[in-house]
Amino acid sequence: MTFQFTKIATGALLACAVAVGAGIAGVAPAEAKTLRMAYDADPVSLDPQEQLSGGTLEMAHMVFDPLVRFTKELEYEPRLAESWEQIDDLTMRFHLREGVVFHSGNPFTAEDVVFTLERLKGSPDFKALFEPFEGAKIIDDHTVDLVTVEPYPLVLNLATYLFPMDKAFYTGTDDNGKPKDAIVKHGSTFASTNASGTGPFVVRAREQGVRVEFERFADYWDTESPGNVTEIIFTPIKEDPTRVASLLSGGVDFIKPVPPTDLERLGNEEGVNLVTMGGTRIITLQMNQDRVEAFKDPRVRQAIVYAINNQGIVDKIMKGFATVAAQQSAPGQVGHAADLKPRYDLDKAKALMAEAGYEDGFSITMMAPNNRYVNDDKIAEAAAAMLARINIKVDLTTIPKAQYWPEFDVRAADIMMIGWHPDTEDSANYTEFLLMTPDAETGYGQYNSGNYSNPEVDKLIIQSQSMVDQEARAKVLQQVERLLYEDAAFVPLHWQDLSWASRDGVHIEDIVNVMDFPYLGDLVID
Amino acid sequence: MAIVAFLIKRLLQAVLVMFVISLIGFSIQDNLGDPLRELVGQAVSEAEREALRDRMGLNDPFLEQYWRFLGNAVQGDLGVSYHFKRPALDVIADKFPATVDLVIGAAIIIVLVSVPLGCWCAIQPRSWLSQAAMGASIVGISIPVFLTAIFLIYLFSVNLGWLPSFGRGESLVEIVPGWKTGFLTGEGISHLVLPSIALSSIFLPLFIRLIRSEMMEVLEQDYIRYAWAKGLAPRRVWFLHAFKNTLLPVITVGGVQIGLMLAYTILTETVFQWPGLGFMFIEAVTRVDTPLIIAYIIVVGLIFVVTNTVVDLIYTLVNPTVRLVGAPS
Repeated sequence: MTFQFTKIATGALLACAVAVGAGIAGVAPAEAKTLRMAYDADPVSLDPQEQLSGGTLEMAHMVFDPLVRFTKELEYEPRLAESWEQIDDLTMRFHLREGVVFHSGNPFTAEDVVFTLERLKGSPDFKALFEPFEGAKIIDDHTVDLVTVEPYPLVLNLATYLFPMDKAFYTGTDDNGKPKDAIVKHGSTFASTNASGTGPFVVRAREQGVRVEFERFADYWDTESPGNVTEIIFTPIKEDPTRVASLLSGGVDFIKPVPPTDLERLGNEEGVNLVTMGGTRIITLQMNQDRVEAFKDPRVRQAIVYAINNQGIVDKIMKGFATVAAQQSAPGQVGHAADLKPRYDLDKAKALMAEAGYEDGFSITMMAPNNRYVNDDKIAEAAAAMLARINIKVDLTTIPKAQYWPEFDVRAADIMMIGWHPDTEDSANYTEFLLMTPDAETGYGQYNSGNYSNPEVDKLIIQSQSMVDQEARAKVLQQVERLLYEDAAFVPLHWQDLSWASRDGVHIEDIVNVMDFPYLGDLVID
Repeated sequence: MAIVAFLIKRLLQAVLVMFVISLIGFSIQDNLGDPLRELVGQAVSEAEREALRDRMGLNDPFLEQYWRFLGNAVQGDLGVSYHFKRPALDVIADKFPATVDLVIGAAIIIVLVSVPLGCWCAIQPRSWLSQAAMGASIVGISIPVFLTAIFLIYLFSVNLGWLPSFGRGESLVEIVPGWKTGFLTGEGISHLVLPSIALSSIFLPLFIRLIRSEMMEVLEQDYIRYAWAKGLAPRRVWFLHAFKNTLLPVITVGGVQIGLMLAYTILTETVFQWPGLGFMFIEAVTRVDTPLIIAYIIVVGLIFVVTNTVVDLIYTLVNPTVRLVGAPS
């Protein structure tokens, strides 16, 4: 397998030569540190704009740099943008870092930011996210304005997704006469196998699905970074037990994710550094009001929420490796309403059913994937058993995700499972996709298989989209969560936790975060 | 000339088999799931997905899609993998050597263990070793390969630290362009040991029992009695006269098992993150990479026909009384 890496390889060789030269010149060369790591999958492409997925963004944080990024506490940290200011309601001005070079050697300027935003707006996966943007305007070489169509509160959130790409490198045509900046879903492109970013690591070799080798970019701008990893050997290991065994046997230094069944064991193991953190992916059940008349009655929906012991699911099935939820927004997100508590109460559930006139219950169907979320099929089985206690007889089907999504699209069951992680890390995103009134035109409610519809909720979410006052906006989004809670619009189960493990001496605790994009450039190995 | 006619007949059979497989594969592909789901992010709108489906020709009528596929297939083009974004046959060619390494590794273990053990069990059925081997083979045949593999990893990689737990290692040797093997370096062999044992563990019990029962049957036959009566040395009776005739059914079964072995590589390769065909296939299924799935089953169909043909040829060498085609006897 040979990839067209000649340009980058040459660049890397030159960089090595320079580094060696520097060493001879008397500057103490850093000690070589190799990180061998295993995730459950490797990036599908080297193009940071081809697919909006965790794998792509993990890769982007290694090979590219965003304008700004989230810290562990979800604060904004300057990266390629040194500072920023709101000029008017529609314009945010970014002052770009000077002296930054791409892996190709080209200097990084405002032109690259304009190029990158334009390309994002043409990417099938990213264009919806970047729709609110009118475009980018160059003020000077290192100043650029991001202009939105309407006042937009999430400019900085989206700046974390803006990984400037090397305009000169991606311009022109490749060996096959295709444009180098093309984004093609089916078929190979220049950008999917060649990369020039400003990031801490350069791709040295890549055999898809087998291994990717990175080495530290000699001219990386962030000389303040404590990171001392000079080389990364990245092997995807799909099977959970094998991944854990590889860490235990010393075959790799760092793994992610850690399967819930091995958490306790790794936590007690000598020489293993286990890090876990509450996540923001909510797992929910949706009750289809179009298919089941009874689900139109809020009391029945509440009864279902009261009947499902989500704390029990977290304790028994997730082994404590999840945070029990009563709403969509996770703690730390702007829309999180701290007063909403999980409400398991079987007697109350029975009473509500009786009140609604469904004391004798009814029969429904339920569908869940069996390989998409952690323990998804077991959670569905538990929920179905719990519903039996309020006389709701559930006919449950669990199927692989590949077959599940087409079923979900046609709303094939009365209750369906859906998990959601907001790409923007913003609270409104959950409701926009999961609970707003479905509308094919706007795309709202695309994953609202319950057909829940509440004009008040729709209104508040649309209002929040142009509120620049963050405090007032948070109040509106919390109001939405309370409305959904009262209405029992869906069954909140839990937020999945995140987990990483390394051998002692690999300080992953400093570089992992709730988005699950480890900032490997800053990783320190003793 | 009989052999030429035989090969031509087999070739035609292979083409027919592959045609039927492709038709079946093609007609079930809609039930595998929606490939678009794996190609785009979750937040991408249905309209955008529909447009992509149109562009990829997934919305065309079945016959039109199949006709297009057949047209390309006769030119050796089985489509482009959605995930790898390269021709499906290229991807398969890349993964093939890893699987061949594994199958050879397992075959070596099977031959080295099952032949002596099977013979011993036939010659000395009451010895403690025979009893132990028979008992162990019952247990062995009933443990899923998944468990065997994980047990091996925890014992030899995690606890003892002797052998690596995943992958093929870094020192593969390219013997012909595009074909790398792990058999030529110590590191490569160390990576091969555990997966080969895991894969062979499924077939060992079968072969030990098969060789044992065949050999026992042969030992009862008249010509063996004559050999004893003639006063031949026991070694000569067992290993020259009896063993040769034991081999016939073993070869037949062995040929069929090679095909089955390909199926079991799916499990073994998955556990050991072995970058071969089996792992590629299971991944393709979860990703609904239909071009790759169909290409894989067509290639496997071909392998079945080829191994059966080779087995038949070997059969005639071992037993000259067997004729390939209805030649006058």
